[in-house]
Amino acid sequence: MNTIFESFRSAFESIRAHGFRSLLTSLGIIIGVTSVIAVVSIVQGLSYTINAQFAGLGGNSLTVRSHTPFKQQLRGKLAKLNDNDMQAISRQIDGISHITPILFTQTGRQGAISYRSQTAFSRVIGIGPSYLQVNGVYPQEGRFFTRDDNSRRRLVCAVGADVIDNLEIPKPAIGEFFMLGDEWCKIVGVIERRGEILGFSQDDYVLLPYGTARRIMGTTRDLDIQIQLLVDDMNRLEEVKSRIRRVLRKEHKLKAGQADDFRVQTAEQLTESFNAVLNTITAVSAGIVGISLLVGGIGIMNIMLVSVTERTREIGILKALGATRQDILLQFLIEALTLSMIGGLVGIAIGYGLGALVASLLPGFPSAFVPLWAIFLSFGFCAAVGIIFGILPAAKASQLDPIDALRYE
Amino acid sequence: MSPSATNQAVIRLHDVYRTYEMGGQVLNALDGVSLTIKRNEYVAIVGSSGSGKSTLMNILGCLDRATKGRYLLNGTDVGDMNEGELAKARNRQIGFVFQSFNLLGRASALKNVMQPLVYRGIPLAERKRIASEALEHVGLGDRMDHLPNQLSGGQRQRVAISRALVGRPAILLADEPTGNLDSKTSQEIMGLIDQLHNDGQTIIMVTHEADIAKHCERIIRLEDGKVASDERQTKAGHI
Ligand SMILES: Nc1ncnc2c1ncn2[C@@H]1O[C@H](COP(=O)(O)OP(=O)(O)OP(=O)(O)O)[C@@H](O)[C@H]1O
Ligand SMILES: [Mg+2]
Repeated sequence: MNTIFESFRSAFESIRAHGFRSLLTSLGIIIGVTSVIAVVSIVQGLSYTINAQFAGLGGNSLTVRSHTPFKQQLRGKLAKLNDNDMQAISRQIDGISHITPILFTQTGRQGAISYRSQTAFSRVIGIGPSYLQVNGVYPQEGRFFTRDDNSRRRLVCAVGADVIDNLEIPKPAIGEFFMLGDEWCKIVGVIERRGEILGFSQDDYVLLPYGTARRIMGTTRDLDIQIQLLVDDMNRLEEVKSRIRRVLRKEHKLKAGQADDFRVQTAEQLTESFNAVLNTITAVSAGIVGISLLVGGIGIMNIMLVSVTERTREIGILKALGATRQDILLQFLIEALTLSMIGGLVGIAIGYGLGALVASLLPGFPSAFVPLWAIFLSFGFCAAVGIIFGILPAAKASQLDPIDALRYE
Repeated sequence: MSPSATNQAVIRLHDVYRTYEMGGQVLNALDGVSLTIKRNEYVAIVGSSGSGKSTLMNILGCLDRATKGRYLLNGTDVGDMNEGELAKARNRQIGFVFQSFNLLGRASALKNVMQPLVYRGIPLAERKRIASEALEHVGLGDRMDHLPNQLSGGQRQRVAISRALVGRPAILLADEPTGNLDSKTSQEIMGLIDQLHNDGQTIIMVTHEADIAKHCERIIRLEDGKVASDERQTKAGHI
């Protein structure tokens, strides 16, 4: 116990005695740990954002979206879903209670909203009347759209509570007009607040009747919509899914060998598929980090070997004073360990800072969050690297013959 | 302690050889050395350069092993000891002083003297207390925080002596302790070593100089790895 404590003390002393060299040595470790912590914090942020997006979707909902296979993407052909596809689904498939188109407006000019001198950006979404039931959102004040609003393409909207706050619209906001792009839009409903999830607002959006949204975006363009629907019987989810596939394949005139140009996903699958992408990112970065930790370890081994040679005489003295092989082994092993763990600590701090910086630069991104397992894992990895790459120099030091070591010039 | 115990042999060498082989040539640095050294003896080992004095000291200090022959340290056969036991013997039985001081360059005088106690598992506060007493004993109570390169040669050797003795070893081995010092400082160091002898310390010392050897009570002369003469002398000024 005593000698372990002594070894840590002397490790700190010799690391401090060679401050700059120690910094360079642990740079590999620092970079490795920095990147793992930064990547993990960003991926965690993304994953929370995505999961929050789908949080309102019930377990019996299905989402149909266009999907362009990679080969087609290369040829510049983009798959689309349109109104006819939705009509076909609702006409030909039973067991469906609610169905709604969803049209996300392109970001940019169309997302700009203003009221008097206040200007903001928001997500503008065109929806059918069933959107409320499918997504489980309800107006807190005012009303939702009527069929009339939709068919007459009236410029009315239901907004999330944050839009009222951001534009500083006086309450009650029902009946007020604000600018949406170039058009005046009347607030008829305010949707109940869902709150924030890790700093990501769930209440910053403008809902328009589907018809109105199409008008604003211009009917001439061939728009790509998503279709959401609720299945009556949860147990028939898979069956409905495959029937939707059949209908859409026929609608899109796909031949037997051709891949689907759309995806039918349950709420679970939606989050899963995003999480799968995130997991891939994490895995790839873990690989890169592994390599950089390996390089860092080799750097530590190299410097420790140099250090053993430099301190040959010191080792001889310690042996003459009664240090055993284990004492010497422990001292140099702990020095390598300390070097790599200091690198790990610095890396965690910088990585956390980087993650926080990225989070603050991206609007709507949750504040940096590094799970404890990532910290412990990288710390453990550093310790392992220190021990694995420290053992060879330490063994070399402990095997020195006392007389040869004392004679060393 | 019984009267016979005070006369007990601390060191007993029997027909010890230390052989180096270099390029097919065999060199006996020690060529059949036998000797006995008792408690509280004050021994000088003299001889021309290359006669095997340092080789003998290294074997006595358990830093090196005899190629052949028996070495009993306080009655225990060193030949039977493993690495760990040798380290323990160096730590507890032997105090070594070198010509070139061999202090730990990055450690203060106090830390240098504390170091042997680390390997005995003595707690920090206790180590500090014992080491500062040892430094005060050699007259360096006011230099404890100095690094070796902030000390004079004589002061460095005092630190080294106090480090060698801090663990109360059975034997103090000194290989030319005054070899790097001027004659005045040498006499000061010899005064300190005489003092230790008077306090009961067993001392074996290698030296080239007749002046220095004069301080000792017994002079062993080596020639070509053999004991050429072994004489006792009465020392001026001491009983
Ligand atoms: N590691 C070694 N390898 C080969 N020969 C050695 C080695 N160490 C010592 N010798 C030889 O052993 C002999 C005795 O050396 P030693 O160092 O004991 O002499 P010494 O009496 O201490 O001399 P000095 O007074 O110069 O210090 C010398 O001839 C030396 O060359
Ligand atoms: Mg010599």
